Amino acid sequence: MQEGLRFLLPDAEPVERTDFLEQARLARRGPEVSRGLPLTIRGLRKSFGENEVLRGIDLHIPAGQFVAIVGRSGCGKSTLLRLIAGLETSDAGTISFGEQARPEDVRVMFQEPRLLPWARVLSNVEVGLGGDRASSNAQMRAERALTEVGLDDKRGQWPAVLSGGQKQRVALARALVSDPRVLAFDEPLGALDALTRISMQRLLERVWHDQAFTAILVTHDVSEAVALADRVLVIEDGRIAHDVAVDIPRPRRRGSADLAALEGSILRELLLSADETSDL
Amino acid sequence: MSLIENLPRVRGLRLPRADGLIPWIVPLGILLVWQLACVTGFVPARVLPAPSDVALAGWKLLMSGELVRNIWVSFWRASVGFLIGGSIGFAFGLANGLSQLSSKLTDTTLQMVRNIPHLALIPLVILWFGIDESAKLFLVALGVFFPIYLNTLHGIRTVDPQLIEMGRIYGMTDGELFRRVIFPGALPSIFVGVRFALGIMWLTLIVAETIAASSGLGYMAMQAREFMLIDVVVLSILIYALLGKLADSASRVLERLTLSWHPAFQKH
Repeated sequence: MQEGLRFLLPDAEPVERTDFLEQARLARRGPEVSRGLPLTIRGLRKSFGENEVLRGIDLHIPAGQFVAIVGRSGCGKSTLLRLIAGLETSDAGTISFGEQARPEDVRVMFQEPRLLPWARVLSNVEVGLGGDRASSNAQMRAERALTEVGLDDKRGQWPAVLSGGQKQRVALARALVSDPRVLAFDEPLGALDALTRISMQRLLERVWHDQAFTAILVTHDVSEAVALADRVLVIEDGRIAHDVAVDIPRPRRRGSADLAALEGSILRELLLSADETSDL
Repeated sequence: MSLIENLPRVRGLRLPRADGLIPWIVPLGILLVWQLACVTGFVPARVLPAPSDVALAGWKLLMSGELVRNIWVSFWRASVGFLIGGSIGFAFGLANGLSQLSSKLTDTTLQMVRNIPHLALIPLVILWFGIDESAKLFLVALGVFFPIYLNTLHGIRTVDPQLIEMGRIYGMTDGELFRRVIFPGALPSIFVGVRFALGIMWLTLIVAETIAASSGLGYMAMQAREFMLIDVVVLSILIYALLGKLADSASRVLERLTLSWHPAFQKH
């Protein structure tokens, strides 16, 4: 609890000032400076045994876009993310990143931090460098990534002594350290408490903005999706049922009327389809 | 005093010096009661000699060099047997934990052999090796093999698959994956095996030395029995206790050094 408060307070205290700074930062970037990779998916299908999880996904994500994928449990959203990240192989269809992506270009962050308990925080971040682990500037890059997530003072700690939010920030630093051009998030904040979630959402938005990668966020939390993403995809029964643009300028005020309205309409769609299939 | 005192708790007030002494209160108390019982004649010296007599016998044997020689011989047998059996067990544990083929090929056989009490092989071993060194080494190695094999195998099989997936995502080669994820993950379980094995190591060695040997602690005890030197018999038993405790402490130190990341070993 002490931890949650400590890194929430600096954000919460001078509200006006941070908002102003954020405004300036977020306004500075246009889509043309993105170093992310575009993503094109055609006719993607995946079954596990009899169960067809994805039934033909067609999707184009422009470079640098922040896309959230929502849907009920078992709708196939996590499978789609795992396919994009190359953790599963598809039964049919293609996924392409525009140009040839190196393995270091696509990174995933999971709901669990998946840190090596026997490696100090800094070596855990170095794991993220992939083939560059042995290079001479590995430590420097890892330190930079830790600073990026605000944990440079924890570099020598064991993961076991960190709080849940801190562990997840180390995992984020590990994903960021190779300067990925596509970052896939599989419910990265699902296991965190409400306050930590909010500050982590801000952190995600900030690093996405600073590093300009293409972000794909799978979440069951519609309010998180509309708060962070440029575009929300609703997946139902293995297909993209809705593709909603979130045209609300950043920084977004949590709890503002237009965010709430959009969240409400997406939730209605989800509930409607739930009533139709009536398996709730 | 509550029953859950041993569970992890918030650090309280501690007296480090007293803390180190507490484990020795009971053994020292027993010695004291024992001495009193012998001195007052409550226990006849033919049944149990007084601790002071045992110490005296120890001193004599120490002076003659016999004690050191026998301890050294036993220690040498124990460690060589442990190293041989432990290495083979570790190697099989690794192979069967990492390779399906190896596991299918050998695990069933090993599980069958495991169920034979290894001390039951003593007659056979004497027929094979006589009362040579190799007989003792063979028995110790066999006894040590199984706890290390089983716990290495278990440790490797229970490494968090999510961590292995993470390692693969981040482009670890098989070698790196083993070195950075699988081996450190299996280490706590391997140490459990080592501590079990140390216990079995002494047990096996003493039995083997008692039955068929011409040197070593077990032999010393058996010879003392022949000559009715009960103080030497008791002395040998006490030395076993001490050596067992020493081996256990050594493995604990090693554990603390290599598992410092583990929450159970963290000093606050």
